[in-house]
Amino acid sequence: MLSDKDRIFTNLYGLHDWRLAGALKRGVYDGVKGFIEKGRDWIIEEVKASGLRGRGGAGFPTGLKWSFMPKEVGERPHYLVVNADESEPGTCKDREILRHDPHRLIEGMILAGRAMLAHTAFIYFRGEFIHERKVFEAAVEEAYEAGILGRDTIFGWDFDIIVHHGAGAYICGEETALIESIEGKKGQPRLKPPFPANAGLYGCPTTVNNVESIASVGEILRRGGSWFASLGKPNNTGTKLFCISGHVEKPCVVEEEMGITFRELIETHAGGIRGGWDNLKAVIPGGSSVRCVPAEQIIDCPMTFDDLAKLGSGLGTAGIIVMDKSTDIIRAIARLAYFYKHESCGQCTPCREGTGWMWRMLERMAEGRAEKREIDLLFEVSKEIEGHTICALGDAAAWPVQGLINHFRDEIEARIDEYTARADAEGSMVKEMEKAAAG
Amino acid sequence: MPKIVIDGQEIEVPDGTTVLQACEMAGKEIPRFCYHERLSVAGNCRMCLVEVSGIPKPMASCALSVNDLRPGPNGEPPQVFTDSEVTRKARQGVMEFLLINHPLDCPICDQGGECDLQDQAMGYGRGVSRFREPKRAVENRYISPLIKTVMTRCIKCTRCVRFIADVAGLGDLGAIGRGEDVEISTYLDAALDTELAGNIVDLCPVGALTNATYAFRARPWELTKTETIDAMDAMGCNIRVDAKFDRLMRILPRLHEDINEEWISDKTRHVWDGLQKRRLDTPWVRENGRLRPASWEEAFDRIAEAFPKDAPDKAAAIAGGLAAAEEAFALKRLMQALGVASVDCRPPHVPLGTAGGRAGWLFNATIAGIDQADAILFIGTNPRYDAAVLNTRIHRAWFDRDVPVALLGEKPDLFYDFNWLGDNPQVLLELAEGRHAFAEVLRKAERPLIILGMGALKRPDAATLWSAAARLAQSVEAVKEGWNGFSVLHVEAGLVGALEVGCLPDDGGRDTAAILDAAEQEELSFVWLLHADELDMTRLARPFVVYQGSHGDAGAQIADVILPGATYVEKDVTFVNMEGRPQMTSRAILPPGEAREDWAILRKAADVLGVDVGFDSLEALRKAMYETAPHLAAIDSITPADPAGIGEIARLGGAIDEAPLKAPIADFWLTNPIARASDIMQRMSALRKDRANAGDAPDGGNGGNGGTAAETTGREAAE
Repeated sequence: MLSDKDRIFTNLYGLHDWRLAGALKRGVYDGVKGFIEKGRDWIIEEVKASGLRGRGGAGFPTGLKWSFMPKEVGERPHYLVVNADESEPGTCKDREILRHDPHRLIEGMILAGRAMLAHTAFIYFRGEFIHERKVFEAAVEEAYEAGILGRDTIFGWDFDIIVHHGAGAYICGEETALIESIEGKKGQPRLKPPFPANAGLYGCPTTVNNVESIASVGEILRRGGSWFASLGKPNNTGTKLFCISGHVEKPCVVEEEMGITFRELIETHAGGIRGGWDNLKAVIPGGSSVRCVPAEQIIDCPMTFDDLAKLGSGLGTAGIIVMDKSTDIIRAIARLAYFYKHESCGQCTPCREGTGWMWRMLERMAEGRAEKREIDLLFEVSKEIEGHTICALGDAAAWPVQGLINHFRDEIEARIDEYTARADAEGSMVKEMEKAAAG
Repeated sequence: MPKIVIDGQEIEVPDGTTVLQACEMAGKEIPRFCYHERLSVAGNCRMCLVEVSGIPKPMASCALSVNDLRPGPNGEPPQVFTDSEVTRKARQGVMEFLLINHPLDCPICDQGGECDLQDQAMGYGRGVSRFREPKRAVENRYISPLIKTVMTRCIKCTRCVRFIADVAGLGDLGAIGRGEDVEISTYLDAALDTELAGNIVDLCPVGALTNATYAFRARPWELTKTETIDAMDAMGCNIRVDAKFDRLMRILPRLHEDINEEWISDKTRHVWDGLQKRRLDTPWVRENGRLRPASWEEAFDRIAEAFPKDAPDKAAAIAGGLAAAEEAFALKRLMQALGVASVDCRPPHVPLGTAGGRAGWLFNATIAGIDQADAILFIGTNPRYDAAVLNTRIHRAWFDRDVPVALLGEKPDLFYDFNWLGDNPQVLLELAEGRHAFAEVLRKAERPLIILGMGALKRPDAATLWSAAARLAQSVEAVKEGWNGFSVLHVEAGLVGALEVGCLPDDGGRDTAAILDAAEQEELSFVWLLHADELDMTRLARPFVVYQGSHGDAGAQIADVILPGATYVEKDVTFVNMEGRPQMTSRAILPPGEAREDWAILRKAADVLGVDVGFDSLEALRKAMYETAPHLAAIDSITPADPAGIGEIARLGGAIDEAPLKAPIADFWLTNPIARASDIMQRMSALRKDRANAGDAPDGGNGGNGGTAAETTGREAAE
């Protein structure tokens, strides 16, 4: 279990003041001036040494990502874009940071800006995050007044933050769709290459980072990359916010060390599984976009990117959706399929056409109104989407379906049998009634 | 120059080549829907996915640059597999997705037989559908009266959106909605306000956008396809005319990189019904003030009677804008043989040909040369209407290269930013004398382009404006080694050809303005009009008028004898475009009834009038014409004019009128007898007028009726 001294997000639950005064008491902005003076390379090296992997879901090493930015500012300015479009079902960690610790994020943005030689940062809020945006805007205003942001700042790094509020489209959480949306265009992902580090927002070198990744940076620099790297497991270092939802006694968001086992995480923080461990059916460990894992495989699995990948799933955003045996897993995945069908941007063919097809098939399978060979067809359709699209939404739509078929095929078959038997029975009943009427 | 291995074949490709282009260079076909050479890359159809070594996922080859591929571990060039299992599976999957919600209504679809979706489904799809769910249906959208939409067939490749945005320059067409519900639409079903909308029908790879005026008329395999040249403007757009038996069905663009690339205007495309309506299909003679049908003999007898043999100075001839080079030449020959000096091919007041030779009347910079120009000035023209396809190059120059554009004359609506210099012709003098800010822009430019339109050349003071433009060209060094930026933008297909063959008054002869004056003064007793309708015909009320042409238009109304001629799709003739590029038309159908090819009518007239014109066949006529204008023999090539002529024009001088400069074309849709005979063109003209009257309200009032209106246009036109 993570000891309190190793926590980064010390106001995760909003028990303390989120404003500048409170943030300063918690040590936010401490030493920032010194870090800025140490320069770009030092910051990037520290972040690389910390082993921080992007907290937005893909787990790409943050320091490495920053190092892709041009080493010097050319004709075009560099931009940092913070992705606060947290819309992954089951995920609610950035929300807590934005509500209760906005200054920690601002601090991280300034340091990240220094590392990538950006003087301007954009933050893109999810459409539904109205309260969060207001809190963050108030914090930004405080920071401008305190000389933390703006020109000739107390840290010696000119920095502006521009708040952009989205309209509630899931796809705008994809980094290039997010960039398009900030530019005032329809939120549709761009083709890559060119990658944003070469041509991103308004064609300028841009890095898009998750809120949690950026908010962790200040504490990493204060305590040193080695401190962060000492937590967790190799290649999966540090602390992480876990969002535990579903059939647990106490759903919560909690900061824990990477590599904690699922059992310990749930026992310690979520009050255990509803109805005990024997009642656990399956878990979606990383937000809706990863494959679900059946109970017996996940119970003692360490919560890391690599261990979950071995199970054919992923840590994703660490939005852990726990499902007990009362769950109709087919209906649950059908609902997720509907979500992806609804949120597909419609730009490229496999996702536009395939997500709807998968959803319709799953809806029928949830009723049992399907043929068994359609299970293979569904799997093939998901494979035809996966890896064939412009962005990762196609993969995200395909994986939950593949997880369902891999682990719960027998349940789908049973459902189909049940429906067929019922239909047969009803059919013979009708025949008998007809016979009776005729007789 | 990166190297790439395609299916085991190593090739070297230029920098910036995409994998798709590289595969084509290697002779491998890559299926595609959204990719189009002339549009920006969208990469959204995913049909062009290929397997690339070292990349786990198949990649969209249209959007992947060969330069971006990493070499193998030992530096070996990247490998692309266009026929591997991964590639084939990916294509098959995409094809299946495209087809699941496609209605598969090929038997009632006009795209049938020339449909990319059909062809590629045959080549790359699986044989049967595995889709058991209800198919999606999409409401049809109204986007133009000339385009029939069946949006359920749409595969959202966005080619139409990109054409309208990138080439035509409008932001009006887009994709609305998300996911399955994406639809292509204009805002509130407004009609696209462009003269190039028809091109999106050609671009559409499926039957979502089809030609409203061709709806249900023919199947592509029933058509006789004739490659020929357009005569609706002076660009000489390359077209293909499709006919079913003796009926014209439609007109499509052909590729010509230096002229129209692969676009044509809606007038060029949809004028086909006008070519078959209000046609003169028999000779007519006037008797007791009324015209009646007659035989060729009778008509020629009348002409022989009326021609003033003893006083040829009382006769005159005018060739109009639809007369081809051979015909203008034959007319000039005939009149020369008859001793008539008053022959002209120019609209009244047009000074072209009076000084400076060919350099004075050609679009010297050439159409392809626009791509090199780095500052552009229009004088007395609205390029959008005068040469709609040429305007796309100007748009591209502005869009891609930020070329500054200015316009002196009536203010047009152009879809790109331009500096409007007002409509006072005095500004041209200020420019020529360097007293205007834009003269500085032109001077600084490497290749300034000065485009002089017919709006400046049809005025009584045209010669002065012509001369001032030439002085401006000299002062900003628009005419120099390797670049001649002094360019005349013509609007009539035949004028340059007629000028090139010398269809101009001989010494002592009258020009068009003088012919009209003399006719009013009764100094003329005989006027021969060859395809000439754009004149003030009330002024020709007194003399005996022979009208030779194809349509019962202005000229036929006042004629005493009508000789039915042929249109540009009914004869093999030469049209010289504004650049001076001779191109040959091909006969797609026969002239109707008694109508004959125009050169033959003029040849016959020579017999009737008892003179010798020196040719008995079209070949002999052409031979004689090539003796006069040898460069016309070099079909489809440009013989540059001697730029020295521009100096001669510059020295003309003269005084400028106060009258504001007008655009040459008032109504784009009705510029010539063929267009005026077309119901489609008349309807388009009426719609535009309604629209102008209603402010900017969408055509047809509302979207709901729009589709019907479009269909009505097509249906009525078909009848």
